[in-house]
Amino acid sequence: MLIRRPCDIRSSEITPYRVYLNRRHFIGRTAKLAVAAAVTPALLASCDMLPGEETERGMRSPDPSGEGSGPQERDWIGVRSELGETLTPFGDVTGYNNFYEFGTGKDDPARKAHTLRTRPWSIAVEGRVAKPAVYDIEDFVAPHKLVDRVYRLRCVEAWSMVVPWSGLQLADLIRRVQPTSRAKYVEFTTLYDPEQMPGQRRRILDWPYVEGLRLDEALHPLALLATRVYGRDLPTQNGAPIRLVVPWKYGFKSIKSIVRIRLVEEMPVTTWAASAPREYGFFANVNPEVDHPRWSQARERRLGEFRRRRTLMFNGYEEQVGHLYAGMDLGRWF
Amino acid sequence: MSRSGEDGRRASPASGRRIAAAKAGVWIAALTPAAWLAWRAARRDLGANPIEELALATGWWALFLLTLTLAVTPVRRITGINRVIRFRRLVGLFAFFYATLHFLTYVVLDQFFAFEYIVEDVIERPFITVGFVAWLILLALAVTSTRGWIRKLGRRWRKLHRFLYVAAGLGSLHYLWKVKADTREPLLFIVVLAVLLMLRGPIRKRPRRGRVAGPASQTG
Repeated sequence: MLIRRPCDIRSSEITPYRVYLNRRHFIGRTAKLAVAAAVTPALLASCDMLPGEETERGMRSPDPSGEGSGPQERDWIGVRSELGETLTPFGDVTGYNNFYEFGTGKDDPARKAHTLRTRPWSIAVEGRVAKPAVYDIEDFVAPHKLVDRVYRLRCVEAWSMVVPWSGLQLADLIRRVQPTSRAKYVEFTTLYDPEQMPGQRRRILDWPYVEGLRLDEALHPLALLATRVYGRDLPTQNGAPIRLVVPWKYGFKSIKSIVRIRLVEEMPVTTWAASAPREYGFFANVNPEVDHPRWSQARERRLGEFRRRRTLMFNGYEEQVGHLYAGMDLGRWF
Repeated sequence: MSRSGEDGRRASPASGRRIAAAKAGVWIAALTPAAWLAWRAARRDLGANPIEELALATGWWALFLLTLTLAVTPVRRITGINRVIRFRRLVGLFAFFYATLHFLTYVVLDQFFAFEYIVEDVIERPFITVGFVAWLILLALAVTSTRGWIRKLGRRWRKLHRFLYVAAGLGSLHYLWKVKADTREPLLFIVVLAVLLMLRGPIRKRPRRGRVAGPASQTG
């Protein structure tokens, strides 16, 4: 069973009224859908307001040049998450990363990931789909509407950020490739190329990095395939050219630099779960009640803040995703 | 370190000056990492997660200096340079200094005196437990490192101070359990410790010299 924890601050106190109303609207619709017990992705995706979605147009359209002189941070002043949180500065979002393909230090990716060539880049979509294909990254992204999302990112190491992503909804992509009835899970794979990814020369993990989602998780409208951060193309250290962002799960689920997406019948063997099964599970939902064997998950340090803050159930997305895990023993399926 | 030469001869004034200069060098070298961290902290140059950076750096230097302390006796035995023994206590105390900075980083900066969480960590998480026990051992050894305590404890002082190996072992384990995947560095510390422990094995079997209590007993 899920155990609801009240937030420290009621969202109605800090969210702009209009956004708040929209939010209630979304929640109301979600609840109705849940009652109907037929939460089809198509219906959910039609909801106009999701947490983290930009409504106040404080946010500029993406930098058209893609790689200008960097984001104008002043353009982002006033942009907040749906809980009223300020964004983590661009320098921290792109300078403090776990991307072991480039080394295990937090600054290794920013220093070393320039060796990753992101064009040309192809992505294979295969497995239990009606239309398996290998796409060039441009063709892969082109048919889809880019959406802007401000998400909390909670690392399993108990630090967190707030990041403005842009990308396509994973659900849109999955619908486009038409999963067959046998598809139950989605498996993602990162590029394997020790030439470009020097961290792969040592087998500290079983390369290539693999992650996965249950199909219903993958179809949730919050699941994003991000191609941009802060309005510009993803820097290589953040998982260019395309990465997953699953904001209600620990950061390691949000696999970077994806080259393959496979629809499968069996639960994929994911890299961290294989590396330390006692410590990392397949689901890896953010859960303050279920500690990592070595450290507490009850609180986290938001980068830039001194005091730790309480970690929210499902990283604050419980209202949106809690129903996916109804009746599940989250202590067992961590 | 005792002023009278443990190597059995009284130091000449010239060598005394050299030792004093060398000790000043040890002070400077040992304080440089702390000064560098303080400088970077003042310039807000410790990265996106400065508290983690401080914890990592102070913990690493504590373990490094601890290993260095334990290397003194084997180095002395292998090279025959007896004077190195005079730096052992100083280096050991600097190891305690960094371990204390590390502990304070955790209690003050990381947890900000949230004692209910700290107690839970220490009791329930072996990773924290072993680090805390290692620090307690270092605390006890630092307190009893004075000449007064050496005299008071006599032969037992040597036994007590062998716990430095335990502290170093627990410290390495603490480091090993902290990392997620890349265990090379903590394993290197463990290997070096094991080698040092093996090197000192034969020493214990050597016949004891006449004088056991007092400063000479530090040579063990």
